[in-house]
Amino acid sequence: MAYPKSYRYTKEHEWIELKGDLATIGITDHAQHELGDVVFVELPKPGAKIEAGKSFGTVESVKAVSEIYAPASGEVIESNGELQNKPEMINNDPHGAAWLIKVRVTNAKGISDLMDAAAYEAYIAEKGKETSA
Amino acid sequence: MPVEYPSSGGLIAEHKAVRGNVGVFDVSHMGDIRIRSGTKLGGALAAVQHITMNDASRLAIGQAQYSAMLYPEGTFVDDVIVHRLGEDDYLLVINAGTREKDINWVRENTRGIDCVVEDLSDAYSQLAIQGPRAAAVVQTLTDADLSGIKNYWFTHGAVCGLKNALIARTGYTGEDGFEIYVPSDSSTSERVWNQVIEAGRGFGVIPCGLGARNTLRLESKMALYGHEISDKINVWEAGLDRYCKTEKGDFIGRAALERSKASGLARTLVGLEMIDRGIARDEYCCSNGAGERIGVVTSGSPSPTLGKNIALAFVPPTYSAVGTILYVEIRGQKHKAQVVRTPFYKRQKNTAAPQASGR
Repeated sequence: MAYPKSYRYTKEHEWIELKGDLATIGITDHAQHELGDVVFVELPKPGAKIEAGKSFGTVESVKAVSEIYAPASGEVIESNGELQNKPEMINNDPHGAAWLIKVRVTNAKGISDLMDAAAYEAYIAEKGKETSA
Repeated sequence: MPVEYPSSGGLIAEHKAVRGNVGVFDVSHMGDIRIRSGTKLGGALAAVQHITMNDASRLAIGQAQYSAMLYPEGTFVDDVIVHRLGEDDYLLVINAGTREKDINWVRENTRGIDCVVEDLSDAYSQLAIQGPRAAAVVQTLTDADLSGIKNYWFTHGAVCGLKNALIARTGYTGEDGFEIYVPSDSSTSERVWNQVIEAGRGFGVIPCGLGARNTLRLESKMALYGHEISDKINVWEAGLDRYCKTEKGDFIGRAALERSKASGLARTLVGLEMIDRGIARDEYCCSNGAGERIGVVTSGSPSPTLGKNIALAFVPPTYSAVGTILYVEIRGQKHKAQVVRTPFYKRQKNTAAPQASGR
């Protein structure tokens, strides 16, 4: 699956797309692959504050629990309610319909320091080499 | 064995294949210990009786039983399947993670007994073919007639051209199925694996990994070492009473188990089903309505068959009645669960007889 060029990516495998001061956040295709069948998602409610680098939610597959870390700080405007009943959307469309939360970002500075698509792809390729070595 | 095979469509697809159809597991990591008599007849049985809790004297040649090796405290060295290969010849199949410890323990504790202990773990590789259509798949690979082999019995036959392979109607999934033992050199085991996949193609076989193995055994309430059984958990607590034959005569752990039976249980293993939204996981705490911590989850997962979140947990016996409401602590929040009957899943016994295709 292609990594959208307009997104930025974290080492913990979240993506963020910033438009003005509004950001959409999700987990990457690589992350959903590592997790396997996603069966449960727990997300903050609108109004909740999230802080860059801190966990704001949980995605669980049959076999594992994975914390989701905020790529930026801000206030949650909306969380993707559809995921509650259809968590498997994260496996099918992690960069699109299965976004997790929309956030009004309080400080956008850090976002441009995150990896772009090319850097992220290089990063996961390197990680893949480490684990298969 | 990997956690899952992406080519199979993931853990849930693998799990469902075994429940509804057939799946194959590479369980070559399991250990095998053979115990034979020494200079006199009867030494092998005496050894097996001394180091395991079930009654091996009841085994006919060609029969197997679930059992366990215990410490003097009545807690677990490991659980095992004991196969009676011949008059004075037994094969104990043990877990991978405890292999070294097990073999040392067996040698140590059979020292005074006239028997020969052999570690065959590196000589044999094991494949598990499991599911309602497992017998049909295995039947296409062997000249042995599988229809006559009952659950927990085994036979020897040619498998994929290998003479005299052990074919046992055993497994760790709660489904009908077979475990076959073949020489472990990589070219042989790889060839057999490929032939099973090939033979199973028409039956919809897929390779299955550790993830599905865990959810399948959990639904069927089969113990996993380090979770439901360990060196800190005794036989009564684990609820494995029916495999423990204290009346058979002395064995390691018996005296402590008799004492602990007299003094009563401090905790017992129960099945939980989550009522609130949330997944109980291994080692999460359980509490009662008053908020007191009373127990711990040993294994917890979503159940692909039931579509519910299930768990096994140790709790005091006063909380073990079916319908009892408990709370599982998930990331600091209490989530309601109730005690349910186990196993969570039990297969229909009338699985189809193997078809004698190709013969």
